[in-house]
Amino acid sequence: MTETQTAMAAPARGRITAPRLARLRDLALVPAIIVIAIVGYFVNPVFLHWDNLVNVLQQQSEISLLVLAEALILICGRMDLSLESTFGLAPGVAAWLVLAPGVTHGVGWLSGAWSIPVTLVIGAVIGWVNGLLIVRFRLNGFIVTLGMLIVLRGLLTGISGGKTFFNLPSSMIYLGNAVWLGLPASIWICLVLYALAIAVTGYTRWGRALYAIGGNADAARAAGIRVDRVLWGTLVLASLLAALGGLLLTGRLASVAASQGNGAIFTVFAAAVIGGVSLNGGKGTIFGAFTGILLLYMIQNVLTLAGVPAQWIGALNGAIILIALIISRITSGQAQE
Amino acid sequence: MSHSASAAAGVRPVAAAHRISKRFGVTVALDDVSLAVDDGDIHALVGRNGAGKSTLVSILTGLVPPDSGTVEFGGEPAPPLADREAWRQRVACVYQKLTVIPSLSVAENLFLNRQGRGLISWGSLRRRARELLDAWEVDVDVRAPAERLTVEQRQLVEIARALSHGSRFIILDEPTAQLDGQAIERLFARMRSLRESGVTFLFISHHLDEVYEVCDTVTVMRDARHIVTSPVAELGKEALVTAMTGEATGLIALGAARSAPAGGAAPVLTVTGLGVPGVFEDVSLTVAPGEIVGLAGAGGSGKMAVGESIVGLRRAARGTVEIGGTTPRPGSVPAALRAGLGFVPQDRHREGLVPGLSIAENTTLTVPERLGRFGFVGPRRRDELGAKAIGDLDIKAAGPDQPVSALSGGNQQKVVMARALAGDPKVLVLMQPTAGVDVKAKETLLGTASAAATGGAGVLVISDDLDDLRPCDRVIVLFKGAVVAEMPTGWADHELIAAMEGIRD
Repeated sequence: MTETQTAMAAPARGRITAPRLARLRDLALVPAIIVIAIVGYFVNPVFLHWDNLVNVLQQQSEISLLVLAEALILICGRMDLSLESTFGLAPGVAAWLVLAPGVTHGVGWLSGAWSIPVTLVIGAVIGWVNGLLIVRFRLNGFIVTLGMLIVLRGLLTGISGGKTFFNLPSSMIYLGNAVWLGLPASIWICLVLYALAIAVTGYTRWGRALYAIGGNADAARAAGIRVDRVLWGTLVLASLLAALGGLLLTGRLASVAASQGNGAIFTVFAAAVIGGVSLNGGKGTIFGAFTGILLLYMIQNVLTLAGVPAQWIGALNGAIILIALIISRITSGQAQE
Repeated sequence: MSHSASAAAGVRPVAAAHRISKRFGVTVALDDVSLAVDDGDIHALVGRNGAGKSTLVSILTGLVPPDSGTVEFGGEPAPPLADREAWRQRVACVYQKLTVIPSLSVAENLFLNRQGRGLISWGSLRRRARELLDAWEVDVDVRAPAERLTVEQRQLVEIARALSHGSRFIILDEPTAQLDGQAIERLFARMRSLRESGVTFLFISHHLDEVYEVCDTVTVMRDARHIVTSPVAELGKEALVTAMTGEATGLIALGAARSAPAGGAAPVLTVTGLGVPGVFEDVSLTVAPGEIVGLAGAGGSGKMAVGESIVGLRRAARGTVEIGGTTPRPGSVPAALRAGLGFVPQDRHREGLVPGLSIAENTTLTVPERLGRFGFVGPRRRDELGAKAIGDLDIKAAGPDQPVSALSGGNQQKVVMARALAGDPKVLVLMQPTAGVDVKAKETLLGTASAAATGGAGVLVISDDLDDLRPCDRVIVLFKGAVVAEMPTGWADHELIAAMEGIRD
């Protein structure tokens, strides 16, 4: 005890050490991103062209909203697998409600202007149901969201007849397609939401409550934090973000496939963990999660530019996730539990 | 003890519970219990495991509503349970379990959920934290994450946090259970100085010596009932033990019944030149069959590291460990177990038990080969062994299939001991075997160790608790990683403590 005592007294003098280390952990993936950029340049100089970089950013903007959503939930010490289905179902329901019956499935009950509000409301409702089951009824979050994942995917397949919705109203396509100030709107939306989330999780009571709940829910409750309310709110917010991400992808592709978002949750978890968000809650930052998904998409882009055949991309994606995990383990020096 | 005198002069109690009763299902946790804690007192609350102390604390801190009875603070009725802030202004409890958030900084923990309105200014938050800790003379880096604090530092931070809420009544739930001797002294010094500045304590402890050292008043509980409240000075130690156990028993007097082992037998445990750089160096010792050897030392002496190296939880850089004539592969627990070792790890919560599994399963975790052949587990055989452990060690349980998480601390520790003994070990290594258990459970645990020695096992007791060391035939003292003394049985308390603290005469 005495030894540790003196050891603890030391950093009290040199106050810089601890926070610097913490900052460094946030930036753990930045060197890896730089290395990939350099490697990418040597593989194909096109990699560092402005257009290609914008392309990478746009490709990852939709799924990065899923990563943001999952990171918020993981920081609370929970998980939500159903986000990938929400990602497809929310815009899918909107498309189904506004499209006239005809070539594609659709009921045409609402006008096209309703598509965005409907998408977001569906997202919020899914999050609310998740919260009802997990927070209110105390069901196991993993299994609840696994069940939701399957149910929501099935609903989308059901309403679409397994086909793709297209001929979407212009309002639904706008966000994923528009260009604001020279950059695609989806990049702006992604960056602004990440900046907001970084500020909220770092500098507001609500944001810090997420860390407190994930770190030790009993202690958080004892400190007067309304644990259940914050958790429920986070689940709703996360599903809302997933719905928005789905909307962006719908806009970019001008369609909603029955499989939109299918399998994305694995990439989402990998990105969050690579970015330093702990699956046990209470640890990690939103910025780290962003660097995680950015790194994954940069590597994929480099592989594509290197002319790797499409059939091999799946195997390589898995390998990339494992390698990125190893890299982040080495650079951060922290065990990933 | 002037404070108890002033209390007698009619000072209003800072906290009072009137005729509290509480049931959990069929279990009566509190039966018509009253307690009044006077302003400026250090009030001890003692009782065996399961006496109802924890429930009383939960009610006094507003975490659990009583079935009947009332709680008052300074003569006013307690606030409604939902008003956590009001409760925090009146009473705070420093629990044994963690009530800080490990990944967050000390500063943030201190001001959790009251970081101020709008955006948090981390600079000013840290400054406020620094001022708060300086005011109460707590020397901790406010930027360090709480998980890096020692138990002692964490307690001080929690006390400071309680005081910053405005509470001047603090409940300490077994604060000394995980502290070493010096840290306990520092905690007592701080309690006394806080008492001078008007803070009242309710102090829960298993160690009766501590009650006499630091407390003004003592309340004894037994079997969910209030037994006696008295100024400490007026209640003798024998009377206190009798009040706690409900029977007139002396303090632990084990070892006396056991005759010293016959000399000449080859040692069952031989440790030669064991060393881990920076932790301990060149430790050699032998344990003969039937002998009980103590390894004592203060926190930081490296005694636990020695024990962990012997049982294989840690790999020593130098030296050898010989168990029953064989040398198991260093750093391998299975190899040590095969060689005939049984051990009780230091922290039963972390290394000792799988809480969700039953008593029988926990007891037999180390001896699967006894349960059946070819890796199959025979449930009947397992339950037999579990039932035997329950009988041998007097474990208070419904049966061998009860999960250990449902047991009290003392009974959990008995399960750990039963497991150490399950393989009929030649060598038994016990690390802090009686940490956080009551007097009665302590007697059983140490009695079991003595019985194992009588049965021919060599026992090594690693502890800084003098009661654990009393049954030992000799005690080896470690200080800052080196063996500094060896004392035959019959040592005086002050001699041993002086050696453990590195004081030479």
